[in-house]
Amino acid sequence: MSVRQGFLALLSERPMHGYQLRQEFEARTGGTWPLNIGQAYTTLQRLQRDGLVAPVPDDDEGPERFRLTDAGRAEADAWWLRPVERRAPARDELAIKLALAVTVQPEGHGVDVAAVVQHQRTESLRALRDYTLLKRDAGDDPDGLAWSLVLDSLVFAVEAEVRWLDHVESTVAQAAARRDTPPVTEPVEPAPSDARRSGPDQLARRVRGGAR
Amino acid sequence: MNAPVMLRMTSVTRVHGQGAAEVHALRGVDLEVRMGELVAVMGPSGSGKSTLLNLAGGLDTPTSGTVTVGRDDVGTLDAKARARLRRKHVGYVFQDLNLVPALTALENVTLPLELDGSSARRARAKATAALATVGLDDLADRFPDDMSGGQAQRVAIARALVGPRRLVLADEPTGALDSVTGEAVMRVLRQRVDAGAAGLLVTHDARHAAWADRIVFLRDGVVIDSTGAAAGPDSLLHRAVRA
Repeated sequence: MSVRQGFLALLSERPMHGYQLRQEFEARTGGTWPLNIGQAYTTLQRLQRDGLVAPVPDDDEGPERFRLTDAGRAEADAWWLRPVERRAPARDELAIKLALAVTVQPEGHGVDVAAVVQHQRTESLRALRDYTLLKRDAGDDPDGLAWSLVLDSLVFAVEAEVRWLDHVESTVAQAAARRDTPPVTEPVEPAPSDARRSGPDQLARRVRGGAR
Repeated sequence: MNAPVMLRMTSVTRVHGQGAAEVHALRGVDLEVRMGELVAVMGPSGSGKSTLLNLAGGLDTPTSGTVTVGRDDVGTLDAKARARLRRKHVGYVFQDLNLVPALTALENVTLPLELDGSSARRARAKATAALATVGLDDLADRFPDDMSGGQAQRVAIARALVGPRRLVLADEPTGALDSVTGEAVMRVLRQRVDAGAAGLLVTHDARHAAWADRIVFLRDGVVIDSTGAAAGPDSLLHRAVRA
């Protein structure tokens, strides 16, 4: 998570010390990603080591404040337009669970995939409702807007999860339905002259023949 | 915190057709919506959502079980009495085709009051107040075609809850809207329900269902699950878990 980039962005407004940076970072992201003060100072040290920030010279009072160097300013500006890379998918317990649910056959019974999906969906929707409750209270001031957008990001992620669960449910149901109605497998040797008329016609004839 | 129950369904079943063509649209559904409560219904196509909404609005009667709106048992009312119940207590918000295009926003909201015998002046005053509650007092004289989709839906919400009406039934009210506009419509619906109405919302959209206090899942005519809110020990969640 890019605390480092976040600090550079915040320092592009004005010089700050570690405690201020931590406070601003948390406030502007609605407290969604809490930082401990140790993390804040470690991040500042690394930024200084990499030449992106420097202590404000002749700063008499209070804790040491930092400002961006030229390289730091360039990096802060570049960050906005650099797309965030999608990393290799994290090990997602839910995806793993569902993948196993459709394949594992515990002794004596299969896994009830529909129940697995339903339990998860209820939980996801509960989370979605909680985020929505928070959103209702988010104000219209700039801090409220930032907070509301962070919440939206969580809301849309849960929504995607719910839609995926719906998809899992119907895909599994369809697969089960296909298993229950075995396809017509009787081999029919196509007459060479009939080649053009293979496909739906032939299938229809076979089905009709079977019905008689 | 137990507000009065506006809509109560007890062991409701609804069978369409007969014999081999029999379709069990609902099979023993229990549901309560209290004043100040918004309940969302989700479920795949054919799960019984529309039947549920029609029963709640007195457009249809149950095959067995009871549907009560306010104090009226819908199943015991004749068609005329059900029509009166709908006019007096129930408002609808659909995905589209909500408003009469030849009437202004104000006239659209006035309509149900006048149909119910209010004087024109009194109906106008109530409708003006209702439009103000959805933030549209400025657009009272606009025709639906001159409004955005979101504005039209807000007019529909104002109309659904004008005068004495306290039950709003919403069927995919955000269906045709973009995400920001859809959210604004949900916000208005939520505010109107918070102000003391009861709401039943059918939607496919989890993001909009999340504005509800509870979400009920239907599948094959049965409530299979429900997310609980702080609805207390009588909540549907508890019943669903125990069932």
